[in-house]
Amino acid sequence: MTQGTAPIVEMRNIEKHFGNIIALAGVSFDVKAGECHCLLGDNGAGKSTFIKTMSGVHKPTKGEIMFEGKEMDFSSPRDAMEAGIATVFQDLAMIPLMSVTRNFFMGREPTKGSGPFKRMDVERMNEITMTEMRTMGINLRAPDQAVGTLSGGERQTVAIARAVHFGAKILILDEPTSALGVRQTSNVLATIDKVRNQGIGVVFISHNVRHALAVGDRFTVLNRGKTLGTATRGEITPEQLQDMMAGGQEMATLEGSLGGTV
Amino acid sequence: MSGNEAIAPTDERLKKEGFVARMMKRPELGAIAGVILVTIFFLITADPAMFTLSGVINFMTPAAQLGILAIGAALLMIGGEFDLSIGSMVAFAGLFFAAATVTFGLPLILAIPLTFLFAAAVGSLNGFIVIKSGLPSFIVTLAFLFILRGLSLVGLKVATGGSTQLRGVRDATEGDPLAPFFSGDAFGGSFAWLAENGWIDTFKNGTPKVPGLPVEIIWFVIIALLATWVLLRTPAGNWIFAAGGDTNAALNSGVPVRRIKISLFMVTACCAAMVAIITVMDAGSTDSRRGFQKEFEAIIAAVIGGCLLTGGYGSAIGAFFGSIIFGMVVIGLTYTDFDQDWFQVFLGGMLLIAVLFNNAIRKRVTGER
Repeated sequence: MTQGTAPIVEMRNIEKHFGNIIALAGVSFDVKAGECHCLLGDNGAGKSTFIKTMSGVHKPTKGEIMFEGKEMDFSSPRDAMEAGIATVFQDLAMIPLMSVTRNFFMGREPTKGSGPFKRMDVERMNEITMTEMRTMGINLRAPDQAVGTLSGGERQTVAIARAVHFGAKILILDEPTSALGVRQTSNVLATIDKVRNQGIGVVFISHNVRHALAVGDRFTVLNRGKTLGTATRGEITPEQLQDMMAGGQEMATLEGSLGGTV
Repeated sequence: MSGNEAIAPTDERLKKEGFVARMMKRPELGAIAGVILVTIFFLITADPAMFTLSGVINFMTPAAQLGILAIGAALLMIGGEFDLSIGSMVAFAGLFFAAATVTFGLPLILAIPLTFLFAAAVGSLNGFIVIKSGLPSFIVTLAFLFILRGLSLVGLKVATGGSTQLRGVRDATEGDPLAPFFSGDAFGGSFAWLAENGWIDTFKNGTPKVPGLPVEIIWFVIIALLATWVLLRTPAGNWIFAAGGDTNAALNSGVPVRRIKISLFMVTACCAAMVAIITVMDAGSTDSRRGFQKEFEAIIAAVIGGCLLTGGYGSAIGAFFGSIIFGMVVIGLTYTDFDQDWFQVFLGGMLLIAVLFNNAIRKRVTGER
């Protein structure tokens, strides 16, 4: 991948406090164009707070976020989105009863005509949706197919394709594989690979080491609100990652008692 | 990485959809099927006069008056909210309009826009309370059902000095250049010409039995087409579906959900005002029972038209046909030997069937099993 280039987003020593709770206690993280940087962490490690800080929902208490070399100060997720940081949350922001096309362009419909005759450019919307979905490897029956008829993995892909189409430079994926079956997971991982090859920086949040290792270029482990360092692909084994996530010692004993199956 | 060939297969389990299966997913299908069924029923049971031109106009007139309300109700339901106050709104807007023309002697060019503005203000108040409080619109507008009905009664008594009927609208609006757009029949000339050529039925003296097309039918068609165009072809339509389908998802995608919902409450109230203006000018007076229970009939027509009670799905064309079913049943029974009071039984039955049918359709669309 294109390593060595300057990161698009760089977060330095981010801290986030909620009252007297320290959710993030010094997190450093960066993403470059065309790489997949995995952020791993167990439940409660601070992953959600971290994503929300990066996507402009929360303001960090301390630390700085650099976006394309400049210090950034997003006041809303909308600002971050317009700058090119797209987040696909677990609920996907999709409406099952609406067609794929209508979901794809929800809130950002292209129009033609003017004045009282201003209308959605339905043909173009359908065409773009079909093309974008085909690029991602999904052959829709028709663009007016309801999202509710798609599988979980396909919905995830629609959400990713939508973010990419609207010019994401950084794509944050919040546990995109957590509720999926084996085959659907590999489809989503393949989609991540495609997005990365288009030069978009992917932040892949997961607690599944296997999924992360399948596509990740770099791996950062978050534990109790702190980053435990970043490793490059090939430098680290699945067991080491697993241990770091769980906080080492305890997990080793647990795993021993389970015969090394976790 | 797994190979790409693994991700883009044409799924062999995906059956090709036929025309029938595609039609099954249209929200208005139920209403169209209903119109066909009801037509067949009356073709068999009713006097043939029902399906002559004058018979059709006879049942289309109440259908149109209800339909204007039902289309507003359908838009609002697709947007995920209810308005139970539209019936009372008809009375309240009727009072306002009659007072404007009779008591204050305003010309229609002022009275009509003022009535719409007034209705929109009440609608936005409804919407504002629903949005700000987060309460279900069902309960907020139920309150307004009583508030507006009560205000109509009180207002009528104040305006007339104790009566619950305000008369004199016809005298006040006679000769007004705008009056033909909101009352009486349109295309009188064309109908007379058709009669001269013997294409439509005439009385013995040569005047056509149907003097023209009642204006409400024209408004009904215009509003149905306009609402359909907005829903299917404009970004606002997409936002209405989105707001009703999942408020959170819509908000996260940048849809102005609050603005959309408040606007829909205003549109619904304006539909009620439209019906008020037409029916008050037609009757020449207004009374406190105007629009009584119309909110339920409008919602029933919208549901027969395919609107889901949970929002996010439905169509204006469906509400259009739902209202026609309604008109056909109300008027059609008078052409049969059945007791007219079967009407309510019929109505309840239709509603129940429609809801069951819509539920099945929704499952098909979302692929629920």
